[in-house]
Amino acid sequence: MDFDYTASEQSFREEVRSFISENLPPKKERDKNFLANWLEKVRAKGWVGFAWPKEFGGSEGGLIEQTILREEMALAKAPPLGTSMMGLAWVGPGIMQYGTEEQKRKFIPDILDSKVTWCTGYSEPNHGSDLAAIQCKAELNGDHYVVNGQKIWTTGAPWSQWIILLTRTQFDVESKHDGITCFLVPMDAPGVEVRPIQNMAGDKHFAEIFFTDVQVPVENRLGAEGEGWNVTVSALANERSSIGEVTQMFEKLENLKELVKTTTKQGQPASKDPKVRRTIARFEMKVAAMKFNGLRYLTKQIKGEPLTSETSVNKLHRASLEIEIDDFAVQLMGQAGLQLRGGESAVDGGTWSKSALNWPNVVIGGGTPNIQRNIIAERLLGQPKD
Amino acid sequence: MNFGFTEEQSLLRDQVERFIKEACPMPKVREIAASESRFDSTLWQQVADLGWLGLTIPEAHGGLGLKWIDLTVVLEAAAEGLCPLPIASQALASAAVLTCGNDKQKSEWLPAMASGSAICTIGLYDEANWIDPKAITAQAHASEDGYVLKGTKPFVNDAAAADYLLLAVNAPNGLALAAVAKDSVKITHQPTMDTTKPMASVDLDGVNISADFLLPMSEDQLAFLTDCGAVATTAEMVGAGAAILEMTSNYAKERIQFGKPIGQYQGVKHRLADMYVDLESYRSLSYYAAWSVDDDIEGLAKAVSLAKGYASDAFAQIGIDGVGLHGAIGFTAEYDAQLYLKRSKWARPMYGDSDYHMDRIATLGGL
Repeated sequence: MDFDYTASEQSFREEVRSFISENLPPKKERDKNFLANWLEKVRAKGWVGFAWPKEFGGSEGGLIEQTILREEMALAKAPPLGTSMMGLAWVGPGIMQYGTEEQKRKFIPDILDSKVTWCTGYSEPNHGSDLAAIQCKAELNGDHYVVNGQKIWTTGAPWSQWIILLTRTQFDVESKHDGITCFLVPMDAPGVEVRPIQNMAGDKHFAEIFFTDVQVPVENRLGAEGEGWNVTVSALANERSSIGEVTQMFEKLENLKELVKTTTKQGQPASKDPKVRRTIARFEMKVAAMKFNGLRYLTKQIKGEPLTSETSVNKLHRASLEIEIDDFAVQLMGQAGLQLRGGESAVDGGTWSKSALNWPNVVIGGGTPNIQRNIIAERLLGQPKD
Repeated sequence: MNFGFTEEQSLLRDQVERFIKEACPMPKVREIAASESRFDSTLWQQVADLGWLGLTIPEAHGGLGLKWIDLTVVLEAAAEGLCPLPIASQALASAAVLTCGNDKQKSEWLPAMASGSAICTIGLYDEANWIDPKAITAQAHASEDGYVLKGTKPFVNDAAAADYLLLAVNAPNGLALAAVAKDSVKITHQPTMDTTKPMASVDLDGVNISADFLLPMSEDQLAFLTDCGAVATTAEMVGAGAAILEMTSNYAKERIQFGKPIGQYQGVKHRLADMYVDLESYRSLSYYAAWSVDDDIEGLAKAVSLAKGYASDAFAQIGIDGVGLHGAIGFTAEYDAQLYLKRSKWARPMYGDSDYHMDRIATLGGL
């Protein structure tokens, strides 16, 4: 056991830090071209798709370097490394694992270059947590499939150009996990209709999508017909590890500490209130647990032991922290905490109050907490399935 | 960066687990806990021969010269079976000598501690639930040929089994550890919830010690030893927590109610999952804290508070849920689950409860 970083890991950290100090001006000094320039520079550095194979345009970076890169970027509150979030998190890895050579050539570079945004068509009106029971139908007709059905709660659908879509190509199956097929579909294909849904925070992040006689060429199928469940499981494994990021929680905790230092409670500095202090300490323990759980699992991966479902542990921590930290912050600010952006007493531009209404994005997406508990109890503790 | 155990550490863990299974299984644990001495000298000698008592003692003083992370491997694995031997107390006493002793004391005392021929323990604070130099009320006053002690140490772990006790006192020149032999003081066993962790009061009034037996201790050294105590306790909480989770998980697979194993009901399986999440989390924090003892002294206080702060309440809940999920059988004296619940009660306040450690986290975190 050794938590020290090697000389080369240290020098990589220095490299990231000096890149940040050279290329990340304070927020006030950023012009309208800043983000585009930033994306171009991190791409040139090879930091988008950092761990991806070089043949696909990645850097084949090691797991520890990847962790260092993310830590430093989070500490500096840097913009993301690439804007094709789902493309980078699981569509790209899915295509690299299951895609044809042509699909790899066609889709991977655009993901790395932040040119194309992907959304993920899994949930349906009647099938959310019970994902494998999907009904959206795809039928082979010559050189294309015809897709009919509906998806819902599709995050990013209103602005995405492509969707990774889960369909059913066979209905008379013994196991519901059979007969599922995955497709890569352009959102502007005839017959695709997106209806954004407003969430409780007032945002329209997600949408329902209707597919009516949508023709999808056979070459847009990802993996073999009927292999869609395997494609999805490996994609969701990526999702669990990518959503379970400790770095964002670390940043949120630091913001909370800053807030506490500038907030009063009953006329006294909130940072002196014992309950406030212990609440923050409790958050800090959970964030630290996420960090060291993550490092332990990382070590396991480096040693070549497969991770099974351990990432669900951090996913559960993340879920409770996402809700509790914002909730605590809003409560602490009293009436001011209720005010949204534009309110005269709104704190930090209303980000806390906004965020306090947006937690289901993270908490429900990628598997609800109770689904994570099922995974832990069944796969790690060997309990019988429901 | 490598957050895993070495081949040697894995072998050590296997060795401890095998020893517990073969030489100190639960019937033996109960037998020792119920005996007059609450100690077993035969097992103690076996443990000493295996080298576990000298793990963190330098080779020059008869030990193995390893680190606290190696020690926690032993403490964790031994606690899976609630081993009642005072291995942790011995390690803390040797840490105290290494930290506060002079060269002569080290070379005279440490070899006997490593070999197990001297059974030792440590007693720091005299006020319940107060981690602070002010919570040390026992005193040492200068006398003609050394010091005369005054006061009582009410909460000394493993005192009745010990040959020598290192007890914190206020001496003329500040804090110190008084080294006393068992026959020179009055040790009174105190009944507690956890019979596998015997506790006693030690009456020091009028006890004379020579100057060689008083080890000056700075407040930093006291804090360090307290942190070592928390690391040792937390390592045992990992082992004991894992054991009761496994026991409960196995029971949930076998116990049939309403025609199904109870582990199939989400009301049961989700509690098991929550126990797993908490255990894994304080396990990670505990390993990091143990590593910090030897390799990151600057970060030790924070690392310890993160680990013990988390573990204190989490293990308490795991103990309660472990017994609760068993139903009535878990409540019986005959069934072992209750012994783990009692261990969780013991561990909770030891070297700081969650409130103490959370307050320290807040302070160290800049609040």
